Parts: sequence; C-alpha cells; structure tokens
Amino acid sequence: MLAALSLLLVCQLCGEVLVRWLALPVPGPVAGMLLLFLLLVLRRGPDEELRSTSQNLLKHLSLLFVPAGTGIVLHLDRVGEQWLALLLSLLVSTVLTLLVTAWVMHLCTRSKP
Amino acid sequence: MTQPIGELWVYLSASPLLGLTVTLLAYQLAHSLYLRSGQHPLANPVLIAVAILAGLLWLTGTGYETYFAGAQFVHFLLGPATVALAVPLYTQFRRVRSMLLPISAGLLAGSATAIVSAVLIARLFDADLATQASLAPKSVTTPIAMGIAEKIGGLPSLTAVLVIFTGVLGAIIAGKVFAIARIGDPAIRGFSLGVASHGIGTARAFQIDEQTGAFAALAMGLNGLLTALLLPVIANWLFQ
Repeated sequence: MLAALSLLLVCQLCGEVLVRWLALPVPGPVAGMLLLFLLLVLRRGPDEELRSTSQNLLKHLSLLFVPAGTGIVLHLDRVGEQWLALLLSLLVSTVLTLLVTAWVMHLCTRSKP
Repeated sequence: MTQPIGELWVYLSASPLLGLTVTLLAYQLAHSLYLRSGQHPLANPVLIAVAILAGLLWLTGTGYETYFAGAQFVHFLLGPATVALAVPLYTQFRRVRSMLLPISAGLLAGSATAIVSAVLIARLFDADLATQASLAPKSVTTPIAMGIAEKIGGLPSLTAVLVIFTGVLGAIIAGKVFAIARIGDPAIRGFSLGVASHGIGTARAFQIDEQTGAFAALAMGLNGLLTALLLPVIANWLFQ
C-alpha cells in the first residue's frame, strides 16, 4: 500500500510541477492522472498493490467532497436570497447536461457501422 | 466541574483532531443510513454528512475555518484520488478507444450545455453576476472549478459548494433520467454522469459497476480539461 500511495503522490507532484512550469490551465491532479495513465500504458497495467490501493481510495471518493461541501455555512445569506435561482439552475442544467451528453453519444454510436 | 469541560472544549476546538474525527464519523453515519435505505439515491451520503456537519458547526458556534483546519486532511486526499482514476481508466481503455467519436461529440455538447444552461437559467431568475459566474463551472471537479471561478469573477468558495450540490443532484436523478430517456449502455450512462456531475457522479457510477465508473472518471477528467480551456473564453461572451 505504501509503494502505491507514494506512486500516486509522486504522479500528483510531477503533475503540479509540470502544470506550473508550462503554465497549463489544468489542475495538477488531472495532469498527474494523465501521467499515471501513460505509466500504466508503458508498464502494461497496474500491479496488484496499485489496483487494490486505488480501489480502496475510490470506494470512498464521496467522503473527500464533504469538507468542501460543508463550506455552504459561509454562504448561507447568499443561498437564502437566491435559493430559487440556484436550485432551478442546478437542477435543470444537470438534467439537460445528462440528456444532451447521452443523446449525442447515442446518435454517434448508432450512425457508425 | 464545568471549568474543566470548558477548558477541554477550548483545547479540542482549536485542534485539528476534532474537525477530522467529526468529518469521518458524520460520513460513516451518513453512509450507513444510505446502505440501510437500500442505497436510495435520495439518501446521498455527501448530502447527509454535509447537513450533519453544518448543523454541528451552527450548534457549537464553530467557524468554518476552524473546522477546515482538521477536515483539510480529508480534502487533501482529493488529489491522490484523482490520480488514482487512471487505473480504472486503463482497465477500460479498449472500449474507450473504440468510442472516440461519441466520446468527443458527447463531451463537447455536454460541457457547453452545462455551462450555458446554468448561467442563463440563473440570469432568468435574477441571480446576481457573482452568483452566475460561480455557477458556470459547476459541473467540473472542485479544484478546477474553484480556479476557473476566480478567473471569471465568481466566488471560489461558493463554487465549491455549488459543485458539490451539482454532484449530489446528478447522483440522485441520473438513474431516473436514464430510465425515462431509455439510455442503457453503461459506457454512455457513466460518461454522461461524469460530464454532468464530476467526482460525486463518478462515485455513484462506481457503485453501479466498474465500466460505468471508468467512463465517468474519463468524462470527469476530460470535462475538467475542456472547461478549464473553454470557459475563460466563453465568459467574455456570456458575461459582457
């Protein structure tokens, strides 16, 4: 687990350095994900340790969003004033995004032989 | 006896231990409720945990900064977890490669829909400009969205909250939306969830199966990239 965790952190670190150095508009962790992906292509797949460590980390991915979500306490006034606009915007936009993405993909899949 | 308890509280409320422990406990409670409800989408564990924690902060009069001093250790793991998404992505790469056209087209259409519809609906209901700009990057993962919000005149900490509620909403309604629209392909379901609802959609997708999860992870990464490139350009036109 330790080696796999270190590998994840090294990829993230390299990602952060690369992003800053080349002034890329992407965050470090996403660059780190691409780096690890390239490494997996070179190595022809993850070893058992990396596979189980990443599985464990991703199993509780939702937990990692809780601290930022609790930040709602900083914005109770604004949310209270504009709750209708916020709720409708989030709800309708999320449904539309799901539908548009799925339909466009569906159409492109069918039109292919 | 009240004096020692008061002192204890002074010590605990200043130490990161409490914020961290409470975050883990609230999430475990929320997660067990979620399991007990038969994984009902409405019993979303992030939603319940945030409600519990916000209630606790309010009851004890604790500031968010104090809480976050402890919770930041959980927040930090978002980075390595994002890197770890490369593993399921690699496992599904064969399928991904065979779907390059639908993936690119779906990504472009979905990403643009997410940005433009959120801003226009908020404008229609009289939200102010800072709120509109904070909403624009709501469908991409927290660190990217906060960075974009700052660039286009939004409030990064408000964006973080909106991002998370977008994720929760997507996780709650996606199953119903796909059933009504008759979308059955796990690759398409996963990818749409990832475009609309980033990491929380991805977490939900991994509960369905690994293929759905891998496509959600791919979509989340690609939409993060695309939105980071596109939104600063679109913003000039959207907020002029």
